[in-house]
Amino acid sequence: MAINVKVMDRPVEQVSYVRATLSGLAHTFKHLVDPHKVTTQYPEETEALSKRWRGTHRMLTTEDGKAKCVACGLCPTVCPANCIKLVPGEDEHGNRFPLVFEIDEFRCIFCGYCQEVCPEEAIHVGRHYENAEYSRDGFVYDLERLTAQTHPVCEMWDPADPAGE
Amino acid sequence: MGDMLMTPITDNPTAFAIASAIKVVAFFGVYLVTVALLTLAERKVSAWIQDRHGPNRAGPGGLLQPAADGLKNFMKEELSPGAGNTILFTLAPAIAFCTAMVSWAVIPFAAPLPTPWGVMSVSIAQLPVGFIFTLAISSLGVFGITLAGWSSNNKYSLLGGLRSSAQLISYEIAMGLSIIPVLLLAGNVTMDAIVKQQAMGGWNVLNLSVAFLTFLISAFAETNRLPFDLPEAESELVAGYHTEYSSMKFSMFFIAEFANMLTASGMMATLFLGGWDIPFTSWDNTGDPSVLKTLLTLVSFGLKAGFFLFLYMWIRWTLPRFRYDQLMSLGWRFLLPLSLGYIVLIASVLLVLQALGIQQGVLQTGVLFLINAAVLVAVFVIFDRGRLLSPTTSKMSAAEMLRLRTQDRLGSPLSAAVRPEPEMGD
Repeated sequence: MAINVKVMDRPVEQVSYVRATLSGLAHTFKHLVDPHKVTTQYPEETEALSKRWRGTHRMLTTEDGKAKCVACGLCPTVCPANCIKLVPGEDEHGNRFPLVFEIDEFRCIFCGYCQEVCPEEAIHVGRHYENAEYSRDGFVYDLERLTAQTHPVCEMWDPADPAGE
Repeated sequence: MGDMLMTPITDNPTAFAIASAIKVVAFFGVYLVTVALLTLAERKVSAWIQDRHGPNRAGPGGLLQPAADGLKNFMKEELSPGAGNTILFTLAPAIAFCTAMVSWAVIPFAAPLPTPWGVMSVSIAQLPVGFIFTLAISSLGVFGITLAGWSSNNKYSLLGGLRSSAQLISYEIAMGLSIIPVLLLAGNVTMDAIVKQQAMGGWNVLNLSVAFLTFLISAFAETNRLPFDLPEAESELVAGYHTEYSSMKFSMFFIAEFANMLTASGMMATLFLGGWDIPFTSWDNTGDPSVLKTLLTLVSFGLKAGFFLFLYMWIRWTLPRFRYDQLMSLGWRFLLPLSLGYIVLIASVLLVLQALGIQQGVLQTGVLFLINAAVLVAVFVIFDRGRLLSPTTSKMSAAEMLRLRTQDRLGSPLSAAVRPEPEMGD
């Protein structure tokens, strides 16, 4: 041998380039005429999201269109990524409400703790992922934006029904 | 259209000149569009073989993808290496492109067309040297690739160019030799004579199956297609000879590759699949030429060439690339002796048949077919077992195998026991 290439020792009757080539061609042709396409044609088709999908946030509102949030401060406390900015305010009846409520979706790790901890079921993570923006500033969602979101929200995990059925 | 002359158009110099100019322009347009569609076809076939969809965003079913690609390449920045040879660097894609375009010129792709000024042959040029012209031009094509590799001043490009020249020269020989039996059978080198002979005496794929196979393999190597795409082996050489090329210059190489593929397919269709001949009927090659005959034979030729184009893509997306020594071994140690021996065999058989008074016809085809079948069985059943390609050259001796298996990578013998840890501070 001109160059010392390590060659596996196989029985001569098993070694055939032509047979291997023909079987390979048959295999590819089979896929050509009978394709098993698995591609999702994304913008036209989308795959169903899990009920517990945690995506961009949504703030639920009361019947009169105001945010349910009472500015208790639990969600910025529990948030591991420190992405929620809350400045509480109080009206003349002593009802607390958020003066500023901002979520930086870039910092957010979508753990869903804010939804779990919220006593008023106000802040939710949503079943939504198409959230591209043209600037980084666009990813800081203020209260107006959070209440305006309409996508479905994540369902909490139920210990009695762990598979979510 | 009763006033159509049945004399050759070459009798009328003015009409011949005008007809030739029209043919060249029309052909160039059709050829380039076909090449553009081939790039799409390649991507589509690859996608279907791999259970994907392929490009389907630009236009209906992705039909405008080649236009989008072309536009993109036109608008890209053109870079040329600072330390390279700029003149050769610019010239190389032009050579590759031009030779790829020109080599089609002698292939007749339909039955002669009757015109009011005489019967016009449907090939760009009816050269008397026929096939030899194609061989000459296609061996010029190697200059484009080699110069591209050299002028880039890049080691990967240079290696790609070198590989390409070695490969093309090796397989050029097998290709040239495999065509000699065809010429022996036709008794002429013009393409028209070869097509005519096949229409009368059966297609060469039956008459000369071994030559067909040798030509097919060489044609794959000549066009740098997988499994012979070592000049642009991206896992070893970045992109091979066109590593430094960008924008439309890169596109030229790409077009040249597909144009070569198209030419090789047309060549195989003409030499071995009867050219524009419609099988099982002699209607198309007897009697006066007519427009209908020209159109139908054009379709027939298109189907045959299309089959080979599909074969090119099918094989590309099935087979892995050869190792370099396998490539050389296949070319020099298998194809060359095979095609040389085959020339001798066919020449003797033809001589014997001639001495027995057997002329072109069923009997001759039958005899040749039986001989070919015997050679094919010998090659693929007996020689293929462990000898053709797989362990390339020779089998390793059992002792050598044992030695390799019982050594670790540094060359020291492995013992069955656990090796001692290397001591620190040695």
